[in-house]
Amino acid sequence: MNLPLAFFGGVDPWIFTFSFITVAVTLWMGFRSAKTSKTASDFFVAGRSVSVGWNASAISGEYLSAASFMGIAGMVMSSGYDALWYPVCYACGYLFLLLFIAGPLRRFGAYTIPDFAEGRFDSPMFRKIAVCFVLFIGFFYTMPQMKGAGVTLAYIFPGLPYWVGVVLVGAVITLNVALGGMKGITLVQAVQYWIKLFAITVPVFVLMAVVGFYNGQVGANVAPGETAFAAAAGQASAPSSTSIERKPLVAKAPADTAWIAPFGPLTTKAVNAAAAALPAEQRAAFLAEHQKPYSLVYTYSLIIALVCGTAGLPHILVRFYTNPDGVAAKKTTMWVMILIGVFYVFPPVFGVIGRNLMPELYSGVGAKGTDKVVLELPTLISAKYGVVGSILSGITCAGAFAAFMSTFSGLLVSMTGALAHDVYGRMLRPKSSSTERMVAFKLAAILIGAVAVTLGCFVEPLEINFMVGQAFAIAAASYFPLLFMSVWWRGMTMKGAATGMLTGGLCALGAAALTNLGTLALDKGPMGKIFASFAPLNGFWAEHPLLRILCEQPAIWSVPLAITLMIVVSKATAAQVPADIRMKMLVLHAPEKLGLKQEYIQDHQAGAGH
Amino acid sequence: MSSPTPNHDDVVHSEPFLRSLMRRQLALSIACAATFLVALLGLPLLNYFAPAFMATRVAGFTLSWLILGVLFFPFVWIISYVFIKRSLRLEEAEVQELRRS
Repeated sequence: MNLPLAFFGGVDPWIFTFSFITVAVTLWMGFRSAKTSKTASDFFVAGRSVSVGWNASAISGEYLSAASFMGIAGMVMSSGYDALWYPVCYACGYLFLLLFIAGPLRRFGAYTIPDFAEGRFDSPMFRKIAVCFVLFIGFFYTMPQMKGAGVTLAYIFPGLPYWVGVVLVGAVITLNVALGGMKGITLVQAVQYWIKLFAITVPVFVLMAVVGFYNGQVGANVAPGETAFAAAAGQASAPSSTSIERKPLVAKAPADTAWIAPFGPLTTKAVNAAAAALPAEQRAAFLAEHQKPYSLVYTYSLIIALVCGTAGLPHILVRFYTNPDGVAAKKTTMWVMILIGVFYVFPPVFGVIGRNLMPELYSGVGAKGTDKVVLELPTLISAKYGVVGSILSGITCAGAFAAFMSTFSGLLVSMTGALAHDVYGRMLRPKSSSTERMVAFKLAAILIGAVAVTLGCFVEPLEINFMVGQAFAIAAASYFPLLFMSVWWRGMTMKGAATGMLTGGLCALGAAALTNLGTLALDKGPMGKIFASFAPLNGFWAEHPLLRILCEQPAIWSVPLAITLMIVVSKATAAQVPADIRMKMLVLHAPEKLGLKQEYIQDHQAGAGH
Repeated sequence: MSSPTPNHDDVVHSEPFLRSLMRRQLALSIACAATFLVALLGLPLLNYFAPAFMATRVAGFTLSWLILGVLFFPFVWIISYVFIKRSLRLEEAEVQELRRS
């Protein structure tokens, strides 16, 4: 069997070494810290004494996924300006979390969304509904991580099929989680953040020093009638570096005008497809009438999905409790905003430089497409500086590993916990022994890992960042309304909350799934054959571009729908508002110094025991 | 059932206290969110209605690119800094007022 040797033939030793070290260190740290903290309560109690700096790094480390590390650069390269909304809203969504949700939830002391759902409405039933939803959103969020893994491995080992990378990385992380490692330990996540920041900034600065700075690279993209920036402005300081080198764009690349301006290829795709289906003489009129208004709708829907979705992401909320007190929690959030904000400035730079210097990626599809620009771009300077290019590429590969490993293992742990603890331990076998539960945890990890890997194999034709946007859209229509309304409106009832959350979330889920099926049917590879029966969907969308946009970005209607349903159903079932709602609201909102939480717990236990 | 904590402070558990508490906190959050939303939702509108102005070149970037890709991050830091300062002060004030009453 000399197949593995064939793969190793084209492997760059530097890239391989750096990636291997990252993986080995992550796994080692996972096992090491798993030994020191065995139980969930260990983790939470120990976590409460974590310092602001470590905790902020850990939150940022868990937050920055493959989408942030690879996806944004790929999408900026393929779509230009419109893709900038992603990094900005990923960072800004955190602000919403801080303003409306983080403080009250922390005072309430609910560790997870299911905890909160049960505590706020005194309803174990609602807890079960919320748990099932954790699994739904989790799977949508693991798919892009799996694609990141497939793309990276296919890059490190040229010739390796995409799916092998997905299976390999999925299996390694699943095994690690199943054996008890990487339980979302603060230290591992914190180190991951600094690996990622290092892996994105160092290559960016080296590249910019060699090929020209961010502004110059953007400036090289000019509309007709404009002169290239460098030539017109005539930078007095460095005349030799003013001209930005560009390779000719390939046919599939968007033109400069569309790429650099708002309402470009990303947001106008549906309208353009609709126009292409029309007779030639009607096209111009149709585009003039619909192109910009529809892409404005797309933009707003995207913004709502990302901002509200961040505020509803289940695995992020948990970390707010690993602070000693409310003041530290707020300081941590401040630092998280700075850490992720600093990070998010850089991935678009890769996309911009990639457009100028690596346009051949536009012709690639799947694992060979723009999603790998972060990994491949540093090799550009190999011609001039030899091994430095390989080292830098190795560093970005290491960062990519850190990105999808930290997010995937975090997700896997929270989903496995939900399945093993809530579904098995509470719903199926409430009387199971702790040994049985440990076995259940391991089996659940393997089951979820296997499902995630299978799903991951199907999504090669979809963009990483696009898939994450969909996970956010589902969270935005389900968890965000739930948290926001339950915290600020005392009239919410369990039925209202459940109806709104389920309807909003399932509508967004269905819309996102429809869009993906249509896109997969268009794929030229094997996926196109599997999903060929969904091809008529694209014909329908060509006739109704607005429906296509509302399906691709459902947040603009699904979030208001969820909130409206919550209000209407809660009003209709107003008699079922929890009896001690005023106390619950006090605990949610009164300063922690007043010590109301303690009082509430006593009241509650006395009430329950009566 | 007798209440396990008979020394309920009446002001803390009164309806007006809860109302004023929630109103003040929500007012602060909404003020900060409004500042942020005006910028976030206003930018697409500017792009829509003043495309030529937003395409003005500033050191190579278009104005719109500069705002979204670079300046937005410090803007959000400022908002969150102001919010954290004020919300800590607000909590302190609430505790002080209760102690006085």
